[in-house]
Amino acid sequence: MPSKQELLDLQFIDARHKLIDLAAFLDRIDRHPGADDFRYAALKAALPILLTDRPDRARAVLDAFSDHSTEPIPKAVFQGALGAPR
Amino acid sequence: MWWLLIFRNPHRRLFDLQTFRPSDIFRMKYIEPHAHMVSRTTDDYEKLAIAGCEVLCEPAFWAGFDRSSAAGFYDYFRQLTDYEPKRAAKFGIQHYCWLCINPKEADDPGFAREVMDIMPQFLDCPNVLGIGEIGLNKNTRNELAIFEEHVQLALDRELPILIHTPHLEDKLKGTRLILDSLATFSKLDRAKVIIDHVEEHTISQVLDAGYWAGMTLYPQSKCSPNRAIDMLEIYGTERLWMNSACDWGVSDPLAVPRCMLEMKKRQHTAAAIEQIVYHNPRKFLSQSPRFV
Repeated sequence: MPSKQELLDLQFIDARHKLIDLAAFLDRIDRHPGADDFRYAALKAALPILLTDRPDRARAVLDAFSDHSTEPIPKAVFQGALGAPR
Repeated sequence: MWWLLIFRNPHRRLFDLQTFRPSDIFRMKYIEPHAHMVSRTTDDYEKLAIAGCEVLCEPAFWAGFDRSSAAGFYDYFRQLTDYEPKRAAKFGIQHYCWLCINPKEADDPGFAREVMDIMPQFLDCPNVLGIGEIGLNKNTRNELAIFEEHVQLALDRELPILIHTPHLEDKLKGTRLILDSLATFSKLDRAKVIIDHVEEHTISQVLDAGYWAGMTLYPQSKCSPNRAIDMLEIYGTERLWMNSACDWGVSDPLAVPRCMLEMKKRQHTAAAIEQIVYHNPRKFLSQSPRFV
């Protein structure tokens, strides 16, 4: 198993790139006209998870973006998925 | 860009350059257990063969649009059982398939049952492994009813089952509904069921219940190679496989060999890589008498 140092050597630049891209996305949404929606709110609500010390942040972010209802719905109103529950 | 770091940081050992040989990976054989080749070009078969793919399995799925009649599925099943095996064989790849009506079109139960009436004509074809990829899409009552009818068909014919779990925000709920539904089939052998497209929030539920789990390496909507490797490191390699699920969307038929390379970079041994990309799928698929 690689050490922390080896993983940083291997993946830090990629993680840095992804974080800057996310920051730029937030800036872009704020800068543009019109109203945001539930997806933007879900994204901002999930961000604090990254700063916790829990060992399963990826799982927690996925949970935050999930529909937690339990009953099947009567009929699909569309076929796709939007990435965050309404 | 890992190679840049090696040359800029010559004293750091990302992995052992003395012993690492790309040929360790690229000579390794592997099984692609989930790819929708009807949507791909013949060039992709060539690339898969060059990368070491020996066996490829193609579950029946949604074509990106709803078919206008059940006859569309008759032709699709002919393609899966007759044409694709021949196209794959030109590159030395053994082609198998799974049959069903996919969850998206299963929300119309009348239409779904028309398609299910066609399926028995094809279930005895020599490359048909079992029933799949059944499952849920938007977690509707109709999808669930047709899912359960497929599970019963598989039980009646003693066939393995490949299950699709929903996308994005629907995955957690859909996985739970599928697990609850499967638990009502008392005669179901859970070792003959693989629940595909697991992610960090669903994998433990699937494995803890005794099923196999599939990790799909698909851009944006499913797992990245590094997240899949994280799950391997956390949960071990038992009852797990990796696939590309390449299809008509932006996807990568070489996702599995790319993940093999990432595993090597993260110091997984050749034996560990071969276990997950070859021996595990072989073990699960061998439960179908058609898999040779």
